[in-house]
Amino acid sequence: MSVATRKAAGAGLSAITGAAALVVVLMLAIILVDVVRGGAARVSWEFLSAAPEEGMMAGGIFPAIYGTFVMTLMMTVAVLPVGVLTAVYLHEYAPPASRMAAAVRVAVANLAGVPSIVFGLFGLGFFIQFVGAGLDGAFSEPGTITYGKPALIWAALTLAILTLPVVIVATEEALRAVPREHRDASLALGATRSQTLGRVILPQALPGILTGAILAVARGAGEVAPILFTGVAYFLPDLPDGPWSQFMHLGYHVYVLATQSPDVEATRPLLYATVFVLLALTFALNLVAIAIRTRTRQKAAAGH
Amino acid sequence: MPTHTDKAYEAELRSLREKLLEMGGLVETAIASSVRAITERDDALAEEVKDRDREINRMEVAIDGACRRILALRQPAASDLRFITTALKIVVDLERMGDLAVNVAERALDLSRAPPLAPNHDLVKLADLSEAQLKKALDAFVTGDVAKAEEVMKGDEVLDTLYLKMFNDLIVLMMEDGKNIRRATSLMFAAKHLERFGDHATNLAEMVVYMVRGTDIRHPRSRAGG
Amino acid sequence: MTTPVPQAFPAKMETRKLEVRYGAKPAVRDVSLRLPERQVTALIGPSGCGKSTFLRALNRMNDLIPGASAGGEILLDDRSIYASHLDAVELRRRVGMVFQKSNPFPKSIFENVAYGLRVGGMKGRAALAERVERSLRGAALWDEVRDRLDESAMGLSGGQQQRLCIARALAVEPEVVLMDEPASALDPIATAKIEDLIHELKARYTIVIVTHNMQQAARVSDQTAFFYMGELVEVGPTERIFTNPSQQRTEDYVTGKFG
Repeated sequence: MSVATRKAAGAGLSAITGAAALVVVLMLAIILVDVVRGGAARVSWEFLSAAPEEGMMAGGIFPAIYGTFVMTLMMTVAVLPVGVLTAVYLHEYAPPASRMAAAVRVAVANLAGVPSIVFGLFGLGFFIQFVGAGLDGAFSEPGTITYGKPALIWAALTLAILTLPVVIVATEEALRAVPREHRDASLALGATRSQTLGRVILPQALPGILTGAILAVARGAGEVAPILFTGVAYFLPDLPDGPWSQFMHLGYHVYVLATQSPDVEATRPLLYATVFVLLALTFALNLVAIAIRTRTRQKAAAGH
Repeated sequence: MPTHTDKAYEAELRSLREKLLEMGGLVETAIASSVRAITERDDALAEEVKDRDREINRMEVAIDGACRRILALRQPAASDLRFITTALKIVVDLERMGDLAVNVAERALDLSRAPPLAPNHDLVKLADLSEAQLKKALDAFVTGDVAKAEEVMKGDEVLDTLYLKMFNDLIVLMMEDGKNIRRATSLMFAAKHLERFGDHATNLAEMVVYMVRGTDIRHPRSRAGG
Repeated sequence: MTTPVPQAFPAKMETRKLEVRYGAKPAVRDVSLRLPERQVTALIGPSGCGKSTFLRALNRMNDLIPGASAGGEILLDDRSIYASHLDAVELRRRVGMVFQKSNPFPKSIFENVAYGLRVGGMKGRAALAERVERSLRGAALWDEVRDRLDESAMGLSGGQQQRLCIARALAVEPEVVLMDEPASALDPIATAKIEDLIHELKARYTIVIVTHNMQQAARVSDQTAFFYMGELVEVGPTERIFTNPSQQRTEDYVTGKFG
């Protein structure tokens, strides 16, 4: 190959890769511009803080924001401990040829591939009709259903299971990234395994674990299919007053506004505005997460 | 016998060994020639021995340099270390032996100016013995043969006895006739040089034992507690 | 003046017919070796000869490798290190280790040295500070870092980091210090500092050092043990091993005929 050909090939490759990156940015820009154009006008403090009125053709979306927020919080509280501890078990405590560890890994991989709607059905069948019904049998007045119906908690738990693989994999990656020498050094100084875990490994793995948490949260906040049967409602007069109530949800609200509106023209601005809020929330979440991660990383590098 | 992984190092050690043998060869020739210069009254040969001593001295310097180089660059250990330290000492003995040959050559020049004193059988015998001692010691060095080295050390006795006999015979000659004194003393010196030559060969043999065995057997009576 | 023979010192640690296997393969076989108190023992031998495995057996670090098993005896002060009076954690406080590649934690210099003390239960900044200073002095690092104890250890040079790891190991006041090629990643001057340090540490600790570098073993140790293919070929006073070893294999290794 001559020098000229090499240079041309190099430039060509830069151009192609640059163009691909540009396409990605372009797609995002198109979405953003469309949403902002269609919905920015409608977004106001009133919109954000008021409840919907007139059959969803006016008013605000506060209940949906509240519901999304609370559900996501509950999901995070449920998924993080289980996910992190599972990853710790797989990485630290399971003997390498252990069949149990292999089985867990297979389960996690398969879980990650299950379609979200199937999770929804699982949530309905297991949490609501089995666990909930069981609780009803044990604790409720005969004839009343307190636990065996769609509720915040069942939706949160269903989503927790959906996002479990994400947390487990991210945590395991983070643990694996901690150099083995640090573990050896800690043990050689007379630390127990749990001390090593708590003082050396987990602190170093923290940025990675947080990444996993954020990915899980971002995914969970946006999923609609799993919550369809497990707790979300289209219109509720009051805010949920406990884990056993149903709730409204931004993503679901968008779906409903887009497909079941009696007056398309009237609801279009509301639709755009809701999408705007949903996207803004997602972006905000991601930014906060990145900020937390960057700061933890810097602190870790600078010493306690 | 495995060789050093570093072939350059192996070559350096081999070259050093060859140089030592070469120097030994030069010394052998020198002593043989110097005694022949006496028996054949050959002045030219005596002068040649004196000239060739320069060559021997040059080799001493070269071998010293090679040893230093190996010490600095190779950090020799165990048998290699013993070989190098032995080489440094052997070279000193060999150089002295070369000087002794020159001394004998000078006696030759002196003796050829006057008619011969007496038949030189003993001198030749002494010379042959000393030369043989050197040869045997060098052989022992090359092959690492401790038994041979020990033979050399024992053989020194024979040399000493012969020298003593020569010494007494020459004293008798001097007492018989004052005119003999000058030539007899020259011969006595030559014999002494040859006896010293044999001693150096014995030193060489002792060094060989150390090199092979790793135990220093020199001066057994002055080492306290071993 | 003759140097006292290492065998004259009592054995701080000793192995008897030690065997270490990884799965079915023996990495160390039938090794009986005395490690004299307050002396430096060097373990030399070609790659894969088992010297590092042997070293790690002394503080039970091999326990962490799945499939590793040990046979024979390992004694510390004449008692087995597997006996009930001692668990691996307590053993490792008495038998410390410095690794080949320096591995300070991504914490401050102070926290690195104090780590062993904290996990051992020591509290109180004043008490910790006193021990930290003593250890850093012991590792010949105090003067260089006294003004920046709270800065990250990652900002130190390679040689300083290794000395920090030594200080960290000394902080728990072990009786034995195991060093696995401590200077192999360092430049000649840093190496010389470590070797000088070892010479000073000898007065208080029993030291066992694995090294690839024969000249380092020769410079630093009182007793040298030559390992080959998992077996102990020869052990003896360092001077003898390097001037007149009794085994042909030792002779061949030490003169560079293999390995």
